[in-house]
Order: sequence, then C-alpha cells, then structure tokens
Amino acid sequence: MTPLAPSPTKRILTKGNEAICLGALAAGCRHYYGYPITPQNDIPEYMAAHLPALGGTFLQAESEVATINMMLGTSASGKRVMTSSSGPGISLMQEGLSYMAGSELPAVVVNISRSGPGLGGIAPSQGDYFQAVKGGGHGGYRLIVLAPHSVQEMYALTMLAFDLADKYRTPAMILGDAIVGQMKEPFVASPYDPASTVEKPWALTGCEGRERQNVKSLHLKDNAIEVHNWKLHEKHERIRKSEVRAESYMLDGATIAIVAFGTAARVSKTAIQWARKEGIAAGMLRPITLFPFPEREVFELSRTVDVLLVIEMNTGQMVEDVRQCTPLHDRIAFLGKPCVMPTPEEILEQIRLLTRRKG
Amino acid sequence: MSAPGKAGFSKPVYTRPRSLVDVKSHFCPGCHHGTIHKIVAECIDRYGLREKTIGVACVGCAVFLYDYIDVDVVEAPHGRAPAVATGVKRAQPDKFVFTYQGDGDLAAIGTSEIIHAANRGENLSVIFVNNTTYGMTGGQMAPTTMLGQKTSTTPYGRDFRGDGYPIRMAELLAGLEGTAYSARVAVSTPALIRKAKESVRKAFEMQIAGMGLSIVEFLSTCPTNWGMKPLDAQKRVLGEMSEYFPLGIFKERKQADAI
Repeated sequence: MTPLAPSPTKRILTKGNEAICLGALAAGCRHYYGYPITPQNDIPEYMAAHLPALGGTFLQAESEVATINMMLGTSASGKRVMTSSSGPGISLMQEGLSYMAGSELPAVVVNISRSGPGLGGIAPSQGDYFQAVKGGGHGGYRLIVLAPHSVQEMYALTMLAFDLADKYRTPAMILGDAIVGQMKEPFVASPYDPASTVEKPWALTGCEGRERQNVKSLHLKDNAIEVHNWKLHEKHERIRKSEVRAESYMLDGATIAIVAFGTAARVSKTAIQWARKEGIAAGMLRPITLFPFPEREVFELSRTVDVLLVIEMNTGQMVEDVRQCTPLHDRIAFLGKPCVMPTPEEILEQIRLLTRRKG
Repeated sequence: MSAPGKAGFSKPVYTRPRSLVDVKSHFCPGCHHGTIHKIVAECIDRYGLREKTIGVACVGCAVFLYDYIDVDVVEAPHGRAPAVATGVKRAQPDKFVFTYQGDGDLAAIGTSEIIHAANRGENLSVIFVNNTTYGMTGGQMAPTTMLGQKTSTTPYGRDFRGDGYPIRMAELLAGLEGTAYSARVAVSTPALIRKAKESVRKAFEMQIAGMGLSIVEFLSTCPTNWGMKPLDAQKRVLGEMSEYFPLGIFKERKQADAI
C-alpha cells in the first residue's frame, strides 16, 4: 500500500485506485462508505486501513443502497464523503443519487467500471457512459462526470470532484475502469488547495442560533417542483458554461482527430505518436469532463479536420454526444470495442484506413 | 390572554412543547401522528435536545415530520432512514439523531437498513409507526397488515398462503445484539399515552448514554384507509392489533459495554 501523505514534489509509483484515496484524503474527505465489488476493492481497503487513524469513518455497508444513503446523511451534515463501486453497485446507488441531486447534496462517487450489462464481467469497459452522463436515476438531473486517463489524474480529478460537488451542491462521479484503477505509474501528490473549499450554511447541524432547516427533495405545494426543476436546470447550464475540461493532444495541423476518454484515450496517444511518425497528421481531443461535455471544442474541431474518429470501449455511446455537437456527421467515424481495450495497432490501422480513404 | 378568575388557574400546568410547531394538523381525524409527534417533541424538550437534534423523515405520511417538529430534518428515500441516520450520526456523533418511519418504510422496503443499523448498534433512536397499511398511497397491504384484513391490494383479506404473515418488528429487532432498547406501545388511551412517553424517554436515554439502537413501535390508526370511525379505530388497536402485536418492552440494555 502507498503510505499516507507522500511527498508533494517527488514522483512515487502508485496504483490508480490508491491515488484516488490519496486525492480524497488530501481534499479533506474523512467519511467513506462502501460495499465490496471487483475491480475497485483497493479503494475501500485503503480507506479502512487509514481513515480510523485520521479520526474519520470507514463503514462497510450492507449494500450499495445503504451506502449511498449513508453518504446522503453525512453530506447533509456538511461533511465531504466518498464511495467507490462498479457497474452493478453503481446501478443500486441510482435512487440515492437522484435524491441527492434533488436535495442538492454534494458527494463523490467513483465508478471503476466493469463490463455489463447485468453481472457482465470484470474486464474494463466504458459501457456506463450513458448511465453516468445522462443522470442515471429518475427525474431528470445531471452528475458532474470526470474521466481520468492516468494515475496522476486519478489523484487530481478526485480533489477536483470534491470541489465541484461542493461548489454546485450536486454529486460528482469519477468514471474510470479496471485499467486506470489497477495500473501503476509514477505520480506526484501535489498539495490540495484549500482555497476552493466553500461554506455550507445549509448543513443540518442542529438549529442552535438559527431557525430549523431541512434537506429534502419532496415539493408538493403549488408549482414548487416546477420551480425546483428550473433551478436545477439553471445549475446544469452554469456547469456547462464554466466547467468544461478537455485535453488537446497533438491537434496542430491535424487532419484526423480522435475523440476518446479514459483508457481509450490513453491507448490512442500511442497510436497518434506512431501515426505522426508515418507522416499522418493525427491528434486527439480528450474530454476530461464528460458532463459537461466539450461541445464547442468538438464543434470547432469538426470544422477543421477531415475525420473525427470516436473510440470507445463499448459499442457506441459518447459518439452520440459527438454527433450532437456538429452537423458534419459524414466526418464522424467510430471504433468500438465492447469490454476490451483497443490496442494501439488497431487504432493506428483505423487511422491509416480513414486517412487513405479521405486522401 | 388574561388568567381566569380563580387564583389557582394563573399558573400554567400545561403548555405546548417548545419543539412542536404551532400549526394546524393536516392529518386525518383519528390519526395518531399528531399524538406521537407531541410525545417526541416533549421528550426532545425534556432532555434539552432541540438545538442538537437532526430528525430523519421517511416516505409516506410520516415524511411531514418537518412540518411539525421544530428541529433540523433530512428526508430519506423510502426505507433508507436508518442508513441516512447512520451517515448523520457518524458525521456528528455529538448530535441527537432519530428516524420517524412508517410500517411500509421500516418493515418492507427498509428491512435491510433497519436490521443492519440495529445490528451495528448504531447509536440512534427509531420511532416506528405501525398502522397496518400504506396510508399515503391509499391503503394498500403493508407487511404488518393483519391476516384477513381487507386493503386495496388484499380486497379479499390478507391470506398467509399468498401474502405471508404480519411481521412483529419490535420482537425481531430485540433479537439483535446491537439493539439497546425495543418496545411496543399504543396511544389509544391517556394511560397508554403516558406509558408510550416513558418508552420514548427510555429510548432517547439509551442514545444519550451511547448504548446503541433504540426503537419504539407505536400501534397506530388509519381510520381513513381502514374505513372506520376514529373511535372504532381506537377499539381495533386495543383489540385485535394489541392481541397480535403485544405491547411491552422486549429488550432493555443495562450497560453500554455489552455492545
């Protein structure tokens, strides 16, 4: 296990799942609830080992249903709280996530996704994209969704997830997979900036010195629920406007641009480097936030390149959002590998094929 | 308001509990929620807990807790109040945390949450209102519906051969090591109301002493969905309901270190 509080300047070799824990602890998270499921068990195990000594709470819940509701209670108390799970467990949390979005409660949910549907398998997959970015539970809401593609980002985006969740009072999700979760690589535990923490006057701490207050999602009177939905919508629009994050990778003069996130993007980088060596002007736009989606960036890119090659570890989910961003649908190509990591060779072959045809 | 003529009347002998909000009740005539709210409010006041209390409301008629009890309240999804309360109490162990749940909530959809919260010995108090039906949704069969009882989803009466038996939650939870206190009470007569209040006091004392999970099950009415006049509903509580769901204390922990 990586020790607590690694050097803020030295590179250390760490597993992605442990980097998430280090990011959470650095961001002041002291409450973790969870239920075992592969391939994310390193996260609860790390938290179980370290939280008690930090004066925090680690609790192995009886189910993911209980987990998300324990989080609801801790979040309503004004404390930072995290869980991690995978596909089937994340599905069980959707009810609670809807309640938390409706009650405007922040939390960080890590999905180290596995193959589905159903019990599926434990192979890495990006099949949970729709569930993550379209809300997932009932009633119409959005989660803030961050997609790390390296151990460094597993650390940094976890800290960011806490800040964004608090800032907008809504749950945030880290969408990873078995590969970014299990792979080890050097990273630097850069310090957390406490300037981004916010006050939580809405927290339920007992009504000493103030009127009683509630945290709730039920709105029965008059048109209260319509008003509430517009308020949530306005919040989603602010997130869309202010929080888009994407990496432009070797896009200078690119004629073919890959659009991929997470592990698929990581593999694509190798293929792009190989393609460039062959003289093919390949690059990539990598969405780091999946909600909000880099809509404008995709649109602008679609006007300058011949081909947008969307690569996903599923049979085509994010590609639908890419199509929404641009009317130039004939420039969009798709390579999907459900529950399998595409190899750089396969991606390079696809790049060659598409640039030959267009050329 | 000026005191009546008699000198002895000038000293108030009864006042509204501080923790009970002064509003008109929206509950149906003969419903017990109002009485139970008042008992809870009186016990909160007794131990000076109002400003350090977080209540957890559940789904169903019980959700309106926050309109009547003058404390911070968080709303839990259906059945999940013990999990939400766990999250509140773990984050704020110095606060007083109680859930207020109906029978569909606690004994059907939330069975897992209440059993595991009790089994962990979560230091919480649970107010459980058992009126043998789903009140807010229009009187469907509850896990506590009596055999033979007609509801909108047991139009021919509850039959154990297809619907199972009414669950005795107070006894079931008393069997768990983590449970500090488990009792069943009723509020259909003044004497029973006094006894019920004693049980709620005991339950709250258990939490104050850090003994583990305490639960008080109230046998309650739903005259509207039972299709009964309020007085007949009281008779049903005192008759067939108390026979199947006996009143009493099923568990009372003496020492916290037993956990």
